Amino acid sequence: MLAAIAFYAFAAVLVASAAMVVTARNPVHSVLFLILAFFNAAGLFLIAGAEFLAMILVIVYVGAVAVLFLFVVMMLDVDFARLREGFQRYAPIGLVVGAVLFLELAFVLWAWSPAPEAAGLRLHPNPGAEVTNTEALARILYTDNVLLFQAAGIILLVAMIGAIVLTLRERPGTRRQDAAAQIARAPGETVVLRKVPTGAGLRVLGILRPPPAEEPKPLPEPEHHGHGEGRH
Amino acid sequence: MAITLAHYLVVAAILFVLGVFGIFLNRKNVIVILMSIELILLAVNLNLVAFSAALDDLTGQVFAMFVLTVAAAEAAIGLAIVVVYFRNKGSIEVEEISTLKG
Repeated sequence: MLAAIAFYAFAAVLVASAAMVVTARNPVHSVLFLILAFFNAAGLFLIAGAEFLAMILVIVYVGAVAVLFLFVVMMLDVDFARLREGFQRYAPIGLVVGAVLFLELAFVLWAWSPAPEAAGLRLHPNPGAEVTNTEALARILYTDNVLLFQAAGIILLVAMIGAIVLTLRERPGTRRQDAAAQIARAPGETVVLRKVPTGAGLRVLGILRPPPAEEPKPLPEPEHHGHGEGRH
Repeated sequence: MAITLAHYLVVAAILFVLGVFGIFLNRKNVIVILMSIELILLAVNLNLVAFSAALDDLTGQVFAMFVLTVAAAEAAIGLAIVVVYFRNKGSIEVEEISTLKG
């Protein structure tokens, strides 16, 4: 009973927030409703017994993907009002296509029934309550599906490299830190040791630092470096 | 009033249709189209998990994990393309992305 109430609550909020994702006027609101939808989908996963997937959904989708969307939406200076032109124009055809698709799915669901031998065709039966969901998934993932697991890792690696290559921009005018040049610097080329007799000032010897200052300007007013003035 | 497979399938179907509807509705905004694709993939994951629970078979959950991986990679690449396109053109309107048409 409690599971049913939770299911209906999660499903209702999920569907409502998904509807808001596609119809919200502001894309930032769309992303926030997308996060809400992911949270509620995680709740549905929990009710179905897929605890590990629910946590992965919260961590990966809410923590990474949705925040990535939020970054991009806020970073791009897009005139979203212009992007919403034609909203009414496309709404009827979208409604028609959506209604047809939903009716087809409803027909499929109505006419469909599981094959009686489906229970015997299970590839990885659930080991039961003595093994947690995470451990059961790991036993499958790291044994039978280890090649697929590695392929998923390669997909993520390629996506990461691709995203970096796409968005990395070499700006010619910027000064960057050159670590190799800094490490290769020898003391001999930067430091000069001079003999200074006792009592002789640097100006007497003709050593001025910085060297090219020909006309020594009078010292400016002693700068007040207090914290209370609001200057930086 | 037990929660059966059909309940999950109906919710997933509604979610899928909403995602398709979002693609039609926001024909100009690439970012919302990507979000709609995420909704569609979420509906697919919901189906996989529901069948996994109904059949008591863990394969569906493993497959849902792979779908999740591919969806994350797709979102990262898609958003990177959007950023690069915006940097070049100053707009993300889908209908203007026809430079390759010749």
